[in-house]
Amino acid sequence: MSEAAVAPLPKRPVARKATDETRLTRALLIAVSLAFLGLFLVLPLAVVFAEGLKRGVGAYLEALADSDALASIRLTLIVAAIVVPANAAFGLAAAWAVAKFSFPGKSVLITLIDLPFSVSPVVAGLIYVLVFGSHGLFGSWLSAHHMQIIFSTPGIVLATIFVTCPFVAREVIPLMQEQGTVEEEAALTLGASGLAAFVTVTLPNIKWGLLYGVLLANARAMGEFGAVSVVSGHIRGLTNTVPLQVEILYNEYNIVAAFALASLLAGLALVTLGVKTFLEWRHAEAIAAGRRR
Amino acid sequence: MSAPSSTRANVWRFRAPSVLPGFALTFGCTLAYLGLIVILPLALLVLRASGLGFFGLYDIAAEPRVAAALRTSFLVSFGAAAIDVVFGLIVAWVLSRYDFPGRRLLDAIVDLPFALPTAVAGISLAALYAPNGWLGAPLADAGIKVAFTRAGILVALIFVGLPFVVRTVQPLIAELEAELEEASATLGASRFQTVRRVLLPLLAPALLTGFALAFARGVAEYGSVIFIAGNLAYVSEIAPLLIVVKLEQYDYAGATGIATIMLAMSFAVLLVINLIQAWSRKRFGYV
Amino acid sequence: MDYTHPAPKPFSRFLVHILAGLALLGASAQAGQTLLNVSYDPTRELYKAINPAFAADWKAKTGETIEIQASHGGSGAQARAVIDGLAADVVTLALAADIDAIAAKSGKIPVDWQKRLPNNSSPYTSTIVFLVRKGNPKAIKNWDDLVKPGVAVITPNPKTSGGARWNYLAAWGYGLKKFNGDEAKTKELVKAIYKNAPVLDAGARGAAITFAQRGLGDVLIAWENEAFLASREFGLDKFEIVVPSLSILAEPPVAVVDANVDGKGARQVAEAYLNFLYTPAAQAIIAKNYYRPAHPEFAAGQDLQRLPNIELFTVDKVFGGWAQAQKKHFADGGIFDEIQKRGP
Repeated sequence: MSEAAVAPLPKRPVARKATDETRLTRALLIAVSLAFLGLFLVLPLAVVFAEGLKRGVGAYLEALADSDALASIRLTLIVAAIVVPANAAFGLAAAWAVAKFSFPGKSVLITLIDLPFSVSPVVAGLIYVLVFGSHGLFGSWLSAHHMQIIFSTPGIVLATIFVTCPFVAREVIPLMQEQGTVEEEAALTLGASGLAAFVTVTLPNIKWGLLYGVLLANARAMGEFGAVSVVSGHIRGLTNTVPLQVEILYNEYNIVAAFALASLLAGLALVTLGVKTFLEWRHAEAIAAGRRR
Repeated sequence: MSAPSSTRANVWRFRAPSVLPGFALTFGCTLAYLGLIVILPLALLVLRASGLGFFGLYDIAAEPRVAAALRTSFLVSFGAAAIDVVFGLIVAWVLSRYDFPGRRLLDAIVDLPFALPTAVAGISLAALYAPNGWLGAPLADAGIKVAFTRAGILVALIFVGLPFVVRTVQPLIAELEAELEEASATLGASRFQTVRRVLLPLLAPALLTGFALAFARGVAEYGSVIFIAGNLAYVSEIAPLLIVVKLEQYDYAGATGIATIMLAMSFAVLLVINLIQAWSRKRFGYV
Repeated sequence: MDYTHPAPKPFSRFLVHILAGLALLGASAQAGQTLLNVSYDPTRELYKAINPAFAADWKAKTGETIEIQASHGGSGAQARAVIDGLAADVVTLALAADIDAIAAKSGKIPVDWQKRLPNNSSPYTSTIVFLVRKGNPKAIKNWDDLVKPGVAVITPNPKTSGGARWNYLAAWGYGLKKFNGDEAKTKELVKAIYKNAPVLDAGARGAAITFAQRGLGDVLIAWENEAFLASREFGLDKFEIVVPSLSILAEPPVAVVDANVDGKGARQVAEAYLNFLYTPAAQAIIAKNYYRPAHPEFAAGQDLQRLPNIELFTVDKVFGGWAQAQKKHFADGGIFDEIQKRGP
């Protein structure tokens, strides 16, 4: 940078540089940011915990220990355990193909990877009804073989995979692109196998982005509502994920239990953000590149 | 795992030559995965809707209730994205330029809407802005109704869209070159003029991209909106909800029709974002 | 490998494998017999009480353990799910039209299903009443009062909610009686009521939440059982039930989904489950949960006393049955769509 060209100014702590705002403006802007974020982001979060704990810790824990609540937590964990690794593998494969090679139609491929981000979750659910529903593409074949996809775990898994499939890819692609191919090429020249080059050269460079992508995908997978709601069938204790159970409790006048269960998801969101902040703090540069979305 | 990687030199190649292995495998897996999970179901949706024909699709969109829902979705998303751009810019600016206690915490909390499930956001916003809620009660005293009106939808969409703007603009603010501002100041511009004439145009592509992302997310949003919207036909009913309503009335044609219209919109927005970025790359040399 | 058959095409074989794998996931360990009851919104509490009673009864009679699964949602939405393949063994929905839709669109239930059980296949009935805030500050006594300026009426969306359709038809029936069958005047009355509705929730339960929990509106048009339940849940000091001079006899019907029970061999238990609803034990539970039992003689006296005496009319008498009412009022372009249009 050309710091030298702008003759080094003597340090004058009181006076303000021409490229700074006045103190008042600063304070005002900070106040506006605080108020806006407080009002629109922090307050809703606080409400979740406040409503969940409204009738005390006992009622809160009781709501979480309910058998339907536990079943919904188990289902949500199962779904996430299938969806997140699948999408992590997909994200890595897609990033490798997109970032390390050049081929025609690459931008189309990237657009397709991004597409689930902007498709309404309801549409995501609907398309699987069209494929696997009784009147869908495979409907009669499935019912002839007594197989249940929608209104059952597989449908929930599929809809969740659809909604979360871009997360890891989007975090990892920019990192891999930035990194280029020189290091891998060097590793190969030195006799490493392709897989070894990936594990020892590529992976260390992208691991934090990958981890954050996985965390975001996980939070979204556990929290998806719209898409899952369309394909779930809402069978108590069987096909209700945590967000659906929250809605059901809410509709049963059981507001405290609804918010108690919701607070689990809110807690998960906070952990996600916490880990992310920690990673950024420790590995600021590696992650900055993956931030743009 | 066939053609592309095994073709020999001198022949036309699908991909540019590279010594790195694994293209066929990763490219094949990517295509297969996308094909099964994303493309096949979406293609089926479009196929179903194509049975309606263009005019059938137009008729669905022109049906008063659908038209009203689409209008509500687009208008409110537009408004929310615009508000997000203004406050997102301020937040991004404050976060990347100023140092103050709690900055890191604030920075972390911006991503909350990415991580917080939409249904949780929905019930908590509804509880917050209901006439007996923490914010709803004082607002109601002031004669302002938020929950169960379009304003409620606006609030929910501001919530979900905010990080898209902040996270698109923030890295750019961090990369702005100090010389530009210094030059502007040296030439006698006031701070306000520098911001308006020099910085804003530089940030414009990122702001537009952030706007488009927030807008697209807003139009598609379902979970956080339905709890707070009131879902009154012609007033506060959003297009994704209408898909569900149509589905519940066994109106598959209507549901697929609206879904296809919204899908086309998603594509259009992605296209616009790509165009903005291409334009910005050409003009400014960065995204 | 069996060489007598030509090998299937690789792609379709690939698909079969994927689908089979997915379906395997779905069939996650389920020991013992299960029965899935797909029901509508306000019956959550009712079936929560009935299911254990039936399971105990079934165990005593056959020695088999039965696990009853329940799915609740808007009546129309639930019917749609069954049509799309939700594996319901029995459906207990808000109105006959929704079960008719399953019969017509999926063929999983024969069209004459309503004749299979007594009382039009309705083991319990209910009616539509008003829930107002304590002290009835807007002085709401009857359907006419709902059109007064400044009265905010909470009722769900008839397009998605079965209960909402009963609400609508109850108002319509009142109008017809008041105006001596003048449809134009009746339409004006109903239109005016919906003009006073600031929200149209998707389901009866959503509307009750909006009114009771969120404090919106002056009057909730609701299922009688829903009105009792809401006032019990939120404190008797907050709400009052107002009984209109005339209302509708709401008959929520039940049916076995033949194709689904035959597929898994559960017909016997499914039929036993629905027949159980007519037994003295179940009828007592029904009355306890604020429904009107088909056999009041089996219910506890104090449960019956709570239910007010209202002059009731039936859908069959006033509207010529559900099929007709559905087509005339709630189909796309029907009267409800007309009154919903807001002129520029």
